[in-house]
Amino acid sequence: MSVLVFVELKNKLSKAAKEAITYGKNLGSVTVITYGNAPDNVLSEMGEYGAEKIWVYRSLNEANDQVLCNFIVKAAKKTDAEFIVLSQDQTGKAVGPRVAAKIEAGHVSGAISLPENSDEFTVKTNVYSGKAIAYVTVHSKIKVISILPNSIQPVENKVDSSISNFEEDLGLGRIKIKDLKPLGEGIPLPEAELVVSAGRGLKGPENWGIVEDLAKSLGATTACSRPVADIGWRPHHEHVGQTGVAIRPNLYIAAGISGAIQHLAGVNGSKVIVVINTDPEAPFFKAADYGVIGDAFEVLPKLTTAINNFKSSQV
Amino acid sequence: MKILVCISKVPDTTSKINFVDNDTKFDENGVQYVVNPYDEWYALVRALELVEAQGGSVTTITVGTSADDPTIRKALAIGANDAVRIDAEPVDSFFVSKQIANYALKENFDIVMTGKETINYNGAQIGAMVSELLDMPFVSLASKLDVVSNVATLERDVQAGIEVVEVEFPFVVSASKGMAEQRIPNMRGIMAARTKPLNIIPADDQKPLTSVLKFELPSPKTGCKYLDPESMDELVELLHNESKVI
Repeated sequence: MSVLVFVELKNKLSKAAKEAITYGKNLGSVTVITYGNAPDNVLSEMGEYGAEKIWVYRSLNEANDQVLCNFIVKAAKKTDAEFIVLSQDQTGKAVGPRVAAKIEAGHVSGAISLPENSDEFTVKTNVYSGKAIAYVTVHSKIKVISILPNSIQPVENKVDSSISNFEEDLGLGRIKIKDLKPLGEGIPLPEAELVVSAGRGLKGPENWGIVEDLAKSLGATTACSRPVADIGWRPHHEHVGQTGVAIRPNLYIAAGISGAIQHLAGVNGSKVIVVINTDPEAPFFKAADYGVIGDAFEVLPKLTTAINNFKSSQV
Repeated sequence: MKILVCISKVPDTTSKINFVDNDTKFDENGVQYVVNPYDEWYALVRALELVEAQGGSVTTITVGTSADDPTIRKALAIGANDAVRIDAEPVDSFFVSKQIANYALKENFDIVMTGKETINYNGAQIGAMVSELLDMPFVSLASKLDVVSNVATLERDVQAGIEVVEVEFPFVVSASKGMAEQRIPNMRGIMAARTKPLNIIPADDQKPLTSVLKFELPSPKTGCKYLDPESMDELVELLHNESKVI
């Protein structure tokens, strides 16, 4: 079965790309398409995860939704693809449903599993802001599947792969990109496996050092609750929750966050949740795997020390 | 400026989520429906602000049954000029998008707006699908939208950060937090909404491409294991050996 996987590449093979290729490899023989000027070693690394053919549109440098949609649809026709797989990241959200509508294919938004073993193609997705799971069946011959970041474990599965250039007329994008306000360094929240987050319990932006220290010793990404972003203690892109970023890390450590339902909606996909709060009645403890009733100002530095001790014992 | 805002009804965020009929249907018992917050707080309110400042009209569109009418009236009370309801169960995202696009094709809207996703299906599909069916550019996850004559400047969320983009009319945009502030309808708005036009239009035929086989509730947490603030070494040990996340 022919599978087309669309990925975006920078200087290294992102986790999202590995997940998408792994997913595709489970469905059939994979052609990966990408654009821009990623170095050859990054392109060939995709073979480690099962990409047999790799097509690069080198002269294309901008993520314009209509152009990318034409790119994917043309490549899907050429490869006679029965499955089109992409990541449910910002680009995927703009382009995946667009591709599906163009070819009248059923679209699964945010798949979190491979298909069930049955005659029909059925996969799981999160619905009701993570409070339930839906089994979605796709009825069309071609299926477009956007997979939720951190849902599929990348698996190495080396195949012989070939890299070639893709050049076709894709039309012109109508969105003019004027400027980019970049995020800081580090792993973006939707991709992060470890996240350390804090809320109003930290009492002020000047106290975030202890959060950053813990994040640094773990190699985690920092996040925050909505009120903290709203009053400007932390940048908006760090806000996790219903109206902010939804995340699914392996480990989510929350200090000084009570755990309102809107916050939980953005983090309940986390595998393990650690809650640190002075209030034993904080609703977050009900959703936690591990709880520490105590003051974040004391607990966080102790946890950082414990992590550092653990790390040095591992070496 | 002619703006179409797609609005959907969703269970209030605090609703208990349960399923009936062998887990194939959402249990509506005791559930309060509201306008999807992204559609209302951000898309609809920003549309109203633009039209109030520069002239024009805001129409809302919903694919749904008469059960949607109370939430549509709420949108009218907040300030939309008129509303359209395509009379059908919203069976899947392509079906819904097709109905909206078929209506929009006849009406020459300058901007078609949606929320970034609904809080029940979280699909984030309608804006992108409608834009393809209308052959319009789609600015997704926008937190800012300004218009000067027929050119819009927007800020949107991309992997690398916040992107500033420019697009000419007509286009489709999905709104995320930051685009506007929630508005509470006042009594005059609520009274006026009763007599504002709500046009009910029959749906066009379209076979759904996807369906939900069943729903499932995530397995509940087995309970929280409490640790003493002095025992952080033990917590690290548990994270490493028991839950194997570090």
